[in-house]
Amino acid sequence: MRPVAAKNVERRIKMKRIKVIKFLAAAVVIFIVAAPVYMLVCSSVMAEDELALCYGSVIGDKEGLVKVSLLPAYPTIHWFKTLFLDTPEFFVMFWNSCLYTAGILTGQVLAGTPAAWAFAKWKSKKKKVLFGIYIVLMVMPFQVLMVSEYLVLHKLSLLDTPWAVILPGAFATLPIFIMARFFQTIPDSLLEAARIDGASELTIFLKIGIPLGKAGILSIIVIGFIEYWNAIEAPLTFLTNKALWTLSLYIPKINQQQAGNALAASVVMLKPAVLVFLAGRDYLEEGIAQSGLKG
Amino acid sequence: MLRKQRKRSSIMRNFTWRNSWGLFFILPSLMGVAGFHIIPFISVVQHSFMVPYGKEIVGFKNYGLVIQNESFQRAAANTGKFLISCIPILMLFSLWLAFFVRSVKRMNFLKSAALLPLAVPVAAMALIWRLLFDENGVLGNVLLGMGKPQTDFFHTSAAFGVLVFTYVWRNFGYDMVLWGSALGSIDEQLYEAAGIDGADRRQKFFYITLPNLMPFVAVITILSVLNAFKVFREAYLISGDYPHDSIYMLQHIFNNWFTNLEMGKMCAGAVILTGVIGACALLLQKMWKEE
Repeated sequence: MRPVAAKNVERRIKMKRIKVIKFLAAAVVIFIVAAPVYMLVCSSVMAEDELALCYGSVIGDKEGLVKVSLLPAYPTIHWFKTLFLDTPEFFVMFWNSCLYTAGILTGQVLAGTPAAWAFAKWKSKKKKVLFGIYIVLMVMPFQVLMVSEYLVLHKLSLLDTPWAVILPGAFATLPIFIMARFFQTIPDSLLEAARIDGASELTIFLKIGIPLGKAGILSIIVIGFIEYWNAIEAPLTFLTNKALWTLSLYIPKINQQQAGNALAASVVMLKPAVLVFLAGRDYLEEGIAQSGLKG
Repeated sequence: MLRKQRKRSSIMRNFTWRNSWGLFFILPSLMGVAGFHIIPFISVVQHSFMVPYGKEIVGFKNYGLVIQNESFQRAAANTGKFLISCIPILMLFSLWLAFFVRSVKRMNFLKSAALLPLAVPVAAMALIWRLLFDENGVLGNVLLGMGKPQTDFFHTSAAFGVLVFTYVWRNFGYDMVLWGSALGSIDEQLYEAAGIDGADRRQKFFYITLPNLMPFVAVITILSVLNAFKVFREAYLISGDYPHDSIYMLQHIFNNWFTNLEMGKMCAGAVILTGVIGACALLLQKMWKEE
């Protein structure tokens, strides 16, 4: 009787230890993810002297080491006030970022959704070659595609206009790849039934494809927002007029002495991204998951 | 004559709305893709054989200049090294986490938490990254506490490590979700059947999980590579046009060619990279179609 009981106790201790380890692993992951973001938000409400005291050796010319405090000593919204009231260029950059993101996403949905539907549901051999090209383009880094894009934008004299960022982005191929994966999950029998009932391909797309593939469209909007809100390469390359720049290019250019302003601007830039992330978390996750599944 | 006519009419008959509707659906997107990438690429290829901004044909001279360029060699080596080191790290780490999330109850929130870094804009974190990795920064503090010398993580070869860390930090949630969906697609009955036959956990892993994950490896690799090229954003925002040698990537050299308007090198470089990356992508694509 006794050995069995001892074994049970041993097993229970072992189970408990595994549980603790797993809890610790989860805590470590969350810490690594959240700590930098927390540090940013925390620093943005620090007063000027506290910023100098804590971070002076990195952002100023003080000697010594960086000090990290868990909470700001005297939280203040001073930097946000300066940013919103005394920095008009901040608003220009903010709206530029909004304009480019919205323009690119609109283009991706309008041009990309029908294309993705055809790639998923059109029975043809020709499309395979085309889809192969789309996938290769999707993997290419911006710097390789940049040369071709530059030649076209130069010819159309669109350089240094918002179109220079919006048009190439609108025809990116990754969202088509993701949406096609969603459309593929719609059973063909449904479409056959509609065809027998005399529905045209356009009706099928509008009445069956879009409603059933809605999750795919929403997921590319979430993924695309995160991507283009964050865009650096295209505006940097195609826009020399600084009035057209985006937040991504503006924030790093803020003077070292005004670290507080930069921190506040960073937090304002972070907010829409986090809000879209929180609202669209499920679509983001589903979009990523679908792109990995076999078609 | 009659035959020709019949042939043409059969082509016409074949070209019906019923079987070619897809072309019209793809057309808007194709116009943009062809207009911005496929057609101008022909002109890029032409330019790569010509004198910069001229019409004279110089053969492979531009290619020679690119390949013999020391910066190009370094950038290519660094990019290759970066891809080879960060992608296995990311894929293995996220696979382990995906297992972890599946094996423990009430851990699904971890998946959402892990996706957060993906949403955080690079520019918003640039300053914090400096606070973390500067010579006097947080990590320097930790090193000092352990009795090791402080390092400036941006201007020494440690920059490479910072970049790998940043890539993994940003993308482990993404890959974790990919692996999660791959694991979810494995039929539970396989495990039950193996359990009845007396298989232990290790056997189940090696004989069921691993073989069933293989078809996903190709597509997850493609998506990880695509994200790896974006690490240029961090490198650029933190160290600018000319970072430490160890993180001078192909993206930097293209950027600098562009700034100096070196058209010949840029075109030849783009053709070379299109060839290499395209071949790899097609190979991976073929792998995942065949599995």
